[in-house]
Amino acid sequence: MKFGVVQFPGSCDDEDALHACARVGDAELLWHGERDLRGVDVVVVPGGFSYGDYLRVGAIARFSPLMEAVIEFAEGGGPTLGICNGFQVLCEAGLLPGALLPNAGVRFLCRQVDCEVVNTDTPFTRGLKREEILSMPVKHTTGRYYAPAEELAVMEQHGQVVLRYAGANPNGSSNDIAGVSNRDGNVFGLMPHLEHAVDPIHHSEDGLKLLVSAAGMVTGV
Amino acid sequence: MRARVLVRPKAGILDPQGIAVERALPALGFGGVSNVHVGRLIELDVEDTSQLDDMCRRLLANPLIEDYEILEAPSHAPA
Amino acid sequence: MSEIALTPTPNPPGVEQAVALGLTRDEYALVTEKMGREPNEVELAMFSLLWSEHCSYKHSKKLLRTLPTVGPRVVMGPGENAGAVDIGDGWTIAFKVESHNHPSAVEPFQGAATGVGGILRDIFAIGARPIAVLDSLRFGEPDSERTRYLLDRAVAGIGHYGNSVGVANIGGEVYFEAPYETNCLVNAMALGLARRDDMIRSAAAGLGNVVILFGASTGRDGIGGASVLASAELGDEDESKRPTVQVGDPFAENKLIRCSLELLEKGLLVSLQDLGAAGLTSSASEMASAGAVGIDLDVGKVPLREADMAPFEIMVSESQERMLCVATPERVAEVLAVCAKWEVHGTAIGEVTDTRTMRILRDGEIVGEVPVEALVDDCPLYDLAPEKPSAPLYPAPRATIAADLPVRDTLLALLASPNVASRRPLFEQYDCLVGGRTARRPEESDAAVLAMPTGGAIGVSIDGSGRRVAIDPYHGTIEVVLECAANLACVGAEPLGLTNCLNFGNPEKPHIAWQLTESIRGLGDACRALGVPVVGGNVSLYNEGADGPIYPTPVIGMVGDIPDPLGGSPSGFVREGDAVGFAGWNTMPSLHGSELAKLRGEALPDALPETDVAHVTTVLAAIREAVRAGDLSSCHDVAEGGWLVAMAEACILGGLGADLGSESSVALTDEILFGEQPGGFIVSGSAETLARLGEKIPLDVFGTVGGDALVLGGDSWSLDELREAHGALAPLFP
Repeated sequence: MKFGVVQFPGSCDDEDALHACARVGDAELLWHGERDLRGVDVVVVPGGFSYGDYLRVGAIARFSPLMEAVIEFAEGGGPTLGICNGFQVLCEAGLLPGALLPNAGVRFLCRQVDCEVVNTDTPFTRGLKREEILSMPVKHTTGRYYAPAEELAVMEQHGQVVLRYAGANPNGSSNDIAGVSNRDGNVFGLMPHLEHAVDPIHHSEDGLKLLVSAAGMVTGV
Repeated sequence: MRARVLVRPKAGILDPQGIAVERALPALGFGGVSNVHVGRLIELDVEDTSQLDDMCRRLLANPLIEDYEILEAPSHAPA
Repeated sequence: MSEIALTPTPNPPGVEQAVALGLTRDEYALVTEKMGREPNEVELAMFSLLWSEHCSYKHSKKLLRTLPTVGPRVVMGPGENAGAVDIGDGWTIAFKVESHNHPSAVEPFQGAATGVGGILRDIFAIGARPIAVLDSLRFGEPDSERTRYLLDRAVAGIGHYGNSVGVANIGGEVYFEAPYETNCLVNAMALGLARRDDMIRSAAAGLGNVVILFGASTGRDGIGGASVLASAELGDEDESKRPTVQVGDPFAENKLIRCSLELLEKGLLVSLQDLGAAGLTSSASEMASAGAVGIDLDVGKVPLREADMAPFEIMVSESQERMLCVATPERVAEVLAVCAKWEVHGTAIGEVTDTRTMRILRDGEIVGEVPVEALVDDCPLYDLAPEKPSAPLYPAPRATIAADLPVRDTLLALLASPNVASRRPLFEQYDCLVGGRTARRPEESDAAVLAMPTGGAIGVSIDGSGRRVAIDPYHGTIEVVLECAANLACVGAEPLGLTNCLNFGNPEKPHIAWQLTESIRGLGDACRALGVPVVGGNVSLYNEGADGPIYPTPVIGMVGDIPDPLGGSPSGFVREGDAVGFAGWNTMPSLHGSELAKLRGEALPDALPETDVAHVTTVLAAIREAVRAGDLSSCHDVAEGGWLVAMAEACILGGLGADLGSESSVALTDEILFGEQPGGFIVSGSAETLARLGEKIPLDVFGTVGGDALVLGGDSWSLDELREAHGALAPLFP
């Protein structure tokens, strides 16, 4: 199976995401300027500062030609993952509910955090157990997940909250949310950088589990 | 014509940048300051001002978390 | 030889303008002699920059030539944009440290940010992919509002630039001392990874080859001093003509890095050079000098951000995120295509010639013409006139604790002091992970560790010293080098090379000249003793104001190799029941120049005790071997505050207490507990492995890891109260 990692001008964690995916299946970079998803099975929108975070995080990236193809893929049920800036792009593109706001502490924060798995019905979490704790790092200025109260209630009810911060909430997100999915569960966005939790030198290899899960769904394992 | 768009964080949502500024001002000796919010100003020359609303909703602001206000500014006249 | 017009220049700016731009009268006379006539506006601007201290190193070059620069692992030494060392398997690590002190004092966010941008460009200019940065910061005492502002903004600027450009910030240091109040120090170090065969030099070559400027457009950034020439025009004119502070755009730099690396990967370039201080002037002329060629530049072709820029402005602009390269005419189209892909400007602006002259043209007309040798190589080098000061140069630090404070309170006061407390509120603002190579993060071990494609790793540390170098520039500088090597030893790294940034006051003053001369002498001796070559560095002079000079501050960056990325020992205790020991010292430490002496407000003493460098070298090697063998659960170098502070840090960082015994065979004086000298380590491990170490170097085993308190003699400190004291910097970042 093949992962496709989107690359915008300003993406920083695209190569780390590519290497992480390559541990689990085939993986290639998809250039923002082309509309071609090259037959990948899972699309990954990585972290970084696409377009310098100009205007609003993810606001410009979401209109790139490749994103048109990604939107079509996601709306057709394709497994789609957004990490940090990728999460922001997916929210701006309307593929995920809510938005990401500046951290409650205002400053950029890089810290290892524990997240609890809340929903195991997505391609990325089907291989995990509910309440399982994943240790992964966050590193962001604009990671505070927000949705209006009514929408949040609906999301909670429909199992769209996929990950919650288990220890301290690093950015003040609503309901301690660290990751959410769309209603169908095939699109998943999370703030923690799973690609920095895949190697013995990384403190934890919990991030791999999310990728292995998705690969398993594609290959039917 | 020269348009200006003010983009503000929606009322009721925590605005930590506004709070940071509100805290910094008294430290510099400015009292009596409250209710500070930090937003964004976008200025642009447009031929068709009727398109501005659409521009705001689709790109310049995120209506979920921001309010926008379209101001009209007099166009720059050469000296 | 060039055909320089021997006819006199009409309306030359003249010697007074030259002096206003920073040249001496003698230097102006020399310029005129080498040109065969007086320089015009453009030519004078070029000389004033290339012959400035910053570009020419005219007061320090003779001393710097005494440093050892040769070593078996050196791939690039001083003279290129950065130094580089071989780490095996055809891979090299490029690295360098640079200062951005004066801009940061004016505008700390952009000054610090553009400092990071500039040092990164030096790294990818030699074909290395930037993989990490470290920073060394010095400010006044944090009770000053100005210091808090500078600290907050400088950290924010470094974070903003490094995080956005996508290079991990893996380590650093920050110190607070009164002499830096009006002259803060911001030194930025960067590392890059390259295949040895893919590295590129800056020498322009090939008659008829094309000079291409790529990156951001050119505006009036940084045209501070040089625009004194235009000061008559600036009066009450249009605001938009005013010179501006250099503003960095990390997004532009991210694209520039990707573009440059792709150009190199595709083998499209003959040479590459970054634009930094003095912009196009220094970049192009240094390329020409290195290649022993000439360059013709047409400033009319430079993409401009502002209209109506004069030729001299275009030549001296310090607009950020720009590079200069040379390509053969056949490859130019491909070069420009790569630039277009990465959405950066790419413009052919000149040509390599055999005239050995820099010719500046605009609309086909020559507006400036300077012999390259005169500009780059012939700046006079000065001898310093050092004189040891007869009276103290620096006032005693202000006391913040009583001299007779009991040990219990003294330890907490030291842990909470600005130079010791945890730097977590700073480094959590930096992305230390991007690139996926970081095996040891800040506060995990004494040096940062990055996994390498060789299967091994490198250890990196940046360390400087001010107050102790002020006391004794020669011995103080030796101590800094040893401190840096000690941090590397804790992660099992063997030093491969060193970069240095020398931050000093005005070298034309005899006592500052003495500080610089003695410090460089100490640096050279320490490098020779350790067998570590200097591969590059930077000098920042004239760091002084009305209140006097800064402490003389050498900052050292060192890179070492490690066989196993997981092999470095953490700083903090790891396992209950481990034996705790103190290793290294064979002499009593002293409180002279210590952090405790500073807190007590003691005047600076006349000298530092001499370090037994041979002994410390032996200790470092033994520690390194023990770490590599996996013998040490934890290893933490003893620095500010002495060994009891280091012990407390090992408890805090490991989240484990230590019982060091309620009785002591030796009276625990302040000298013993808080005295400072190089080559001491807090180590933990099994009794057997510590005993092995103890056969090679002095080692006292006297405690056990465990519990939730540090116990020594009649004193006990809970982990909670140690942590609370150690968290003292948090209020500086509300």
